[in-house]
Amino acid sequence: MTTTLDTPTKSTGSPGVTLSLLVRRNTWTLGLVGILALLLVITRMIQPNYGPAGIQGLAISVLPLALAAVAQTCAVLARGIDLSIGSMMALTSVVSATLMEERSEGFAVVVVIGVLVLGLALGAINGALIVFTRVPDIVVTLAMLFVWAGAALLVLNTPGGGSAAWLRRLTLGPVFIDWVPKAAVLLAVVVAVFWIPIRRSRLGLSLYAVGSDPLAAFRSGVSVTGTKIFSYVLAGLFSALGGLSLTATTGIGTPVPGPYTLMSVAAVVLGGVSLAGGTGGVLGPVIAVVILSLLRTDMTFLNVDTNLATVVQGLILVGVVMVGSLIQMRRRET
Amino acid sequence: MNEGSNGYLLEATDVSKQYGAVVALRSASLQVRPGEVHALMGANGAGKSTLVKILTGGVRPDSGVIRVRGAERKVHSPAEARRGGLVSVYQEPALIPDLDIGSNLRLTKTPIEPFRHWIHALGMDDLDQTRMARDLPLASLRIIDLARALAIEPDVLMLDEITAALPADLTESVLEVVNGLRGGERSTVFISHRMTEIASVCDRATVLREGKTVGVVDVGDNRSADRIVELMLGEIADDVAEMAEHPASSHREESERPRLEMRNLAADARLRDVSLEVHPGEVVGVVALEGQGQDELFDILSGSERRAAGELLVNGQQVDFRHPADAIRKGIVFVPADRAEALLMQRPVRDNIALPFSAPLRRWGHIRARQERPKVDNAIDRLQIDIRAQREVRFLSGGNQQKVTIARWVATGLETMLCFDPTRGIDIRTKHQIYPLLRELAASGAAVLLYTSELSEIQLACDRAIVIFGGKVVAEIAASDADETTLLRAAHNLSSDAPLPEEVVAVSVSDDSGAGDGGTSRQ
Repeated sequence: MTTTLDTPTKSTGSPGVTLSLLVRRNTWTLGLVGILALLLVITRMIQPNYGPAGIQGLAISVLPLALAAVAQTCAVLARGIDLSIGSMMALTSVVSATLMEERSEGFAVVVVIGVLVLGLALGAINGALIVFTRVPDIVVTLAMLFVWAGAALLVLNTPGGGSAAWLRRLTLGPVFIDWVPKAAVLLAVVVAVFWIPIRRSRLGLSLYAVGSDPLAAFRSGVSVTGTKIFSYVLAGLFSALGGLSLTATTGIGTPVPGPYTLMSVAAVVLGGVSLAGGTGGVLGPVIAVVILSLLRTDMTFLNVDTNLATVVQGLILVGVVMVGSLIQMRRRET
Repeated sequence: MNEGSNGYLLEATDVSKQYGAVVALRSASLQVRPGEVHALMGANGAGKSTLVKILTGGVRPDSGVIRVRGAERKVHSPAEARRGGLVSVYQEPALIPDLDIGSNLRLTKTPIEPFRHWIHALGMDDLDQTRMARDLPLASLRIIDLARALAIEPDVLMLDEITAALPADLTESVLEVVNGLRGGERSTVFISHRMTEIASVCDRATVLREGKTVGVVDVGDNRSADRIVELMLGEIADDVAEMAEHPASSHREESERPRLEMRNLAADARLRDVSLEVHPGEVVGVVALEGQGQDELFDILSGSERRAAGELLVNGQQVDFRHPADAIRKGIVFVPADRAEALLMQRPVRDNIALPFSAPLRRWGHIRARQERPKVDNAIDRLQIDIRAQREVRFLSGGNQQKVTIARWVATGLETMLCFDPTRGIDIRTKHQIYPLLRELAASGAAVLLYTSELSEIQLACDRAIVIFGGKVVAEIAASDADETTLLRAAHNLSSDAPLPEEVVAVSVSDDSGAGDGGTSRQ
């Protein structure tokens, strides 16, 4: 007498099975890629001369947003939320711009490393406060939003400072052919370098475990507090990368936070990461950021009033998430 | 290996734990010899689960000493306990729902070959490791959790109600495996409510009552089961024995109009055709194997699901429930198996009982506490709910939680009570308080429909039983004839003379696990 676990696919690693598994696990992301492709075609239709320059501009505007989205993903995966991402970006941006102003190119390398460490530290403070005070994530990071924003204004009270030339060159212009912007490549490299090793490690697994079911994770021997802090440290790190990207693309530091925090939450939701934690990845939110930015561009081309465009953007966000969830529910039922 | 002077592998002395004003453990002790399977027994709320959680680092004790091989240990987390050789399989599987099985194994650094070995030993072939834990039925998750713990080869393995919610064939292979652990270097602590399991695999039993160790019994001789029950129940043992000798008697008055009448009810594929009358003053038992349509039947009657076909009459009137509130207005109330579905876990007992009075917001404004208090007090008295310090419901034991669920309807006043496996996971002592209560409700004019997975309950609480198989009523049996064998045969849709082949059991069981994948509402 044996009870079998019924499955048509067996866990033998044949390529076909692995591929179908990949597709099954990443339907949401693939759907987003489809939407993006469609949107690019539409863009080309309404603006026939949309070309390398347009892509270039898109990539540069996407870069800081995408890094913010990745930062938010790290927090949300472990069932948290980080409302201080925009402020951390502002703070790291002004610190880097102030330190790099009129200094040598070589010193800028030290600054970049230092700012990344600063990001880690900011995240660690966020995480430690949440874990040790047991104040809810949303409250702590809301408070830290003000703290980091205030600190940014203390460092630099008006936009200013400067950026090393090599840092600027990293983000501006194309790579090899006109259609491939440096900013996009940089984004891919940065995310790959930091995210892939994490995703594959036991630490990354813990991130998903804690987000999915903290009690089961605890009982599986995962350190829930440690993982939680780690998720905010990652959020801090990616926020610092985002801050550096702001300095690099604009050439100066801006102490007033942009709309990055709320946009990052929107991108996370649209990117298929559950706000309840435990599901999703970084690719979805990054693509979601591109979609949201491209939508904005298209509406500008169509001469839609900017305020109306914001309304439309919000409605599209709700619509896509709703339709997507419906499709997923249907699939589960069959 | 040095096992200390007294030869115990694991020794816990005078362990206590208090949650606010509620004492979970007073002075619990447990001594486990190497190589034995040691039963930990006790009524619900006696503190078994708390003790296991303390031993494996899930909960910190207020006082007490824990020794492993004679050396004192303080464990602060399951991870630490695991490193020290203490591993528990908890009642809720510790698998991460959003990770696939392979990742879950990596998370706990489970050696894969031993894991495969144990999975096979436990009777589960073809485990697809790419399946998400969330998509697997509970029974499979428990087996995986157990195999994972076995693969680590802990010094002391603690199994908390491992056989609950397992189908018969898996239970058998689990017991076989546990039996195979006897006699080696390692020990097992085995928690179960099922006396036959204790008798078949355990060497000794430690009995807890109200947070205290009240005795250690050598399992094996004929008197041990009686002795354990005696220790578990304390002074009320005699009443229970008396109860069991007097099966329910019929109060039914034929002349009356049925309170609840179902005519060819159907929904989805599971529930095909159920016709049944429930009269005031009677308790009707429903017997069915898992997934024969009983879930859907109770959902329709309680207003949580719409019927696809058929008619439903209450007191002779056609009704069409769109919402549980509709059913409640007609006096039909529902007591689910899972207390968490019915209770506000973070609110006090009093609020939970009073909820149905305040729920229909007929008039705006504040809740009239003065009006509701006597009713609530009355219900609490009647059900002998243990409301130490008015704590939140989540701090109560499972048995007491279930009593709160029933009490709220007793306080509100009810005409028809639907009970879906109300005694699941509840100890003998509380069970024997629930049966007379159901009888009492019926005697005062209520109609009670009781689905139960424990066949012995039918004779204790019901006037008659109906048996559902494949979504249809296949038999009606009077309480006097409803012994377990008869019911089991009927549940498998066998005629009373035919033998009960084991294959039939196996088939129905694998049907269940397949159906479980569909994600029914009550998983």
